Amino acid sequence: MSDDRVIKEIDDETIDNVSILAKLELDAEERETARCDLGRMLAYIEKMNELDTDGVEPLSHPNSVPNVFREDDPSDRDGTEDSLKNAPLAKDGMYQVPPTFDR
Amino acid sequence: MDIRKMTALQTAAAVKKGKITVREALAGVLAAVDEKENEIHAYLALKDRESLEKEADALDEAIRSGAVTGPLAGVPVAVKDNLCYEGLPCTCASRILEGFRPAYTAEAVSRLEKAGALILGKTNMDEFAMGSTTETSAFGPTKNPVNTGHVPGGSSGGSAAAVAAGEALAALGSDTGGSIRQPASYCGVVGLKPTYGTVSRYGLVAYGSSLDQIGPITADVADAAAMLEAIAGRDVKDATSLERQDGRYTDALICDGRGLKIAIPEEYLGDGLNDDVRQEVLKAADVFRAAGAVVETVSLKYTDYAVASYYTIADAEASSNLERYDGVKYGFRAEDAEDLHTMYKRTRSRGFGPEVKRRIMLGSFVLSSGYYDAYYLKALRVRALIRQAFDEIFADYDLILGPASPTTAPSLGSSLQDAMTMYLSDIYTVPANLAGIPGICVPCGADRSGLPVGLQLMAAPFREHTLIRAAYTYEQTVRGKEAIG
Repeated sequence: MSDDRVIKEIDDETIDNVSILAKLELDAEERETARCDLGRMLAYIEKMNELDTDGVEPLSHPNSVPNVFREDDPSDRDGTEDSLKNAPLAKDGMYQVPPTFDR
Repeated sequence: MDIRKMTALQTAAAVKKGKITVREALAGVLAAVDEKENEIHAYLALKDRESLEKEADALDEAIRSGAVTGPLAGVPVAVKDNLCYEGLPCTCASRILEGFRPAYTAEAVSRLEKAGALILGKTNMDEFAMGSTTETSAFGPTKNPVNTGHVPGGSSGGSAAAVAAGEALAALGSDTGGSIRQPASYCGVVGLKPTYGTVSRYGLVAYGSSLDQIGPITADVADAAAMLEAIAGRDVKDATSLERQDGRYTDALICDGRGLKIAIPEEYLGDGLNDDVRQEVLKAADVFRAAGAVVETVSLKYTDYAVASYYTIADAEASSNLERYDGVKYGFRAEDAEDLHTMYKRTRSRGFGPEVKRRIMLGSFVLSSGYYDAYYLKALRVRALIRQAFDEIFADYDLILGPASPTTAPSLGSSLQDAMTMYLSDIYTVPANLAGIPGICVPCGADRSGLPVGLQLMAAPFREHTLIRAAYTYEQTVRGKEAIG
C-alpha cells in the first residue's frame, strides 16, 4: 500500500483502526465526536499540500546532533523497589497484570 | 521592605545581606497562598508547611555558613506538575497518573535546588500539557490572577498564575508549542523558552520530544536569566542536551538597544490579531527604535503552515510517548478487565481526558500505515521549510518581534468547545518549537479591559544572550518611562 495518499472519508473502519492503534475504547458518542474532530483536523492539515516539498529533507529534530553512545556500564541504582511502589499491582518483584492468553 | 513586592533576585540578595531570612521570604509567599490560592488554584500539590519551614531554616543556616552561595539561594520556587520531584505526586493534571510518586527528581529541578532554591510544590497545567488554557486539567482550571474571570493561558498556566499572584517568586514551565510564553503573556509575567537542547529534559514527562523544552516563568527578565543560568547545561541523562560555553546568561542583562536589528514579520500582524494587541506590540517596536535599534517589517514565509505542521508532529510524538500509560506501571488501572488488552484500553479510556484522546487519535492516524508519508512526513518537510525561513531572516536580523498570542486571555469556559480555534491561536508560538529556536515573552501593556499583552522576541538558535539583552532593554526602558511619567 502506498503511503502517500490523503484520506477521502473518515468511515467506521478508520475509527476502528485508529482506536486499535491508540488503545482506546470509544462509545457511540465518542466515535461520532472522533469522526468529526479527525475529519476537521485532517482537512486543515491537508493545507500543507499547497506547498511543493519535493526534494526537501524531512526535519525530525531541530539540532543536528549525532547519536550519542556510551559504554554499556550500568550506573543506575537498582530502582526496582521504588518503581514497584507505584505499580497498581505487584507480586514477587514484578508487575502483576490480568491474564494475557487463555490457559 | 515589602518582601511581597520583591523579585527572586532581590529576595536572594536581601537574604544574602542578612536583611531578611529565607523563613521570612517563605512566609511572604505562603501569605499570598493563604490569601489567593482558594480562588486561583495555581497548585496541584504543595509541600506541607512544617517541611517547608524546616527546609527554609536549613537554607538560612547554609547561607549564613557560606555552604550555599548561589544567586537563587533562599528563593521559593514552584514547578510544573510534569516535572518529577521525589516525594511529591506527579500527575501531569491527569487522572491516569493519580497517585504516582516519582522515585527521582528532574535534572532542571535538582539544579535549582543546588542553586539554593526552595521548591514549594507542583503547579496546575493542561492535561499532559495539551491545551492553551489550563482548562483541560483533570483537577479543575486555574484562574488568571489579573482577572479571575479569565484563563491564565496554558499549558503552564499554574506556574504563570503562581508567579503573577506572588504564590511563588519564580517557576518552571515547559514549552512544546508556546506553553511557557503564552501563559506568561496572559498573566503579565516573563516566560523564556530556551533553544532546544539547552536544558536537560531528564525527569520531564514527555509530550513532543523533539519540541519540548523546560524554561523559567518569572516576574522580570533578570530573574529569567538567573533561572536559566541555574538550570541550563549538558546532562548525560538527556542525550539531546547540549554542552554550551555561554552559560552566564545574567551577563546579558545590559540595557542597550543600539546595533540590534529587529524584524517584524507582516504575517504576525495580519488577520485574526486583536487590535489592542497589535497596537501595544507596535508601541514596543517604537521603544526599540528609540533605544537605537533598527526595526523593519519583513515577510516570514510558511507562517500559515506552522500550526498544521506542529499539530501533526506534536500529536504523532504524543501518541508514541503516551503509549506507556497502560495501567501496568503507575497511576490508575481499570480493575474490571478480564484480560490484559482490555485492561490497557479501559485504563486509557477512563484515565485520559477528551483533549488527550483527541491528540492521541490524530497522532496514531498520521503515523499509520497508508498515511504516514502524506501527513507525518509531509509535516516534517514543512518543518524543514519553516526552519529555513527563520535561518534566512536571522542571516540579516538579530531578533524577530511580534505578539505571543493573537488575543489577551479568553474568559473561562470559552475556549474548549472549539478545539480547532484554540489550536489556531498558537500561530505565533509554535514556529519557535518547530525550528528549535529560543523565544521570550515580556509584558507589554494591556488591552482596553486591563488584561496583559505579551511581547514575544525570538532569536537564532543559541542566541539567548541577544534575546535576554533585548528583553531587558525593553523592560528597563519602559520601567524608566513609567517612573518618570
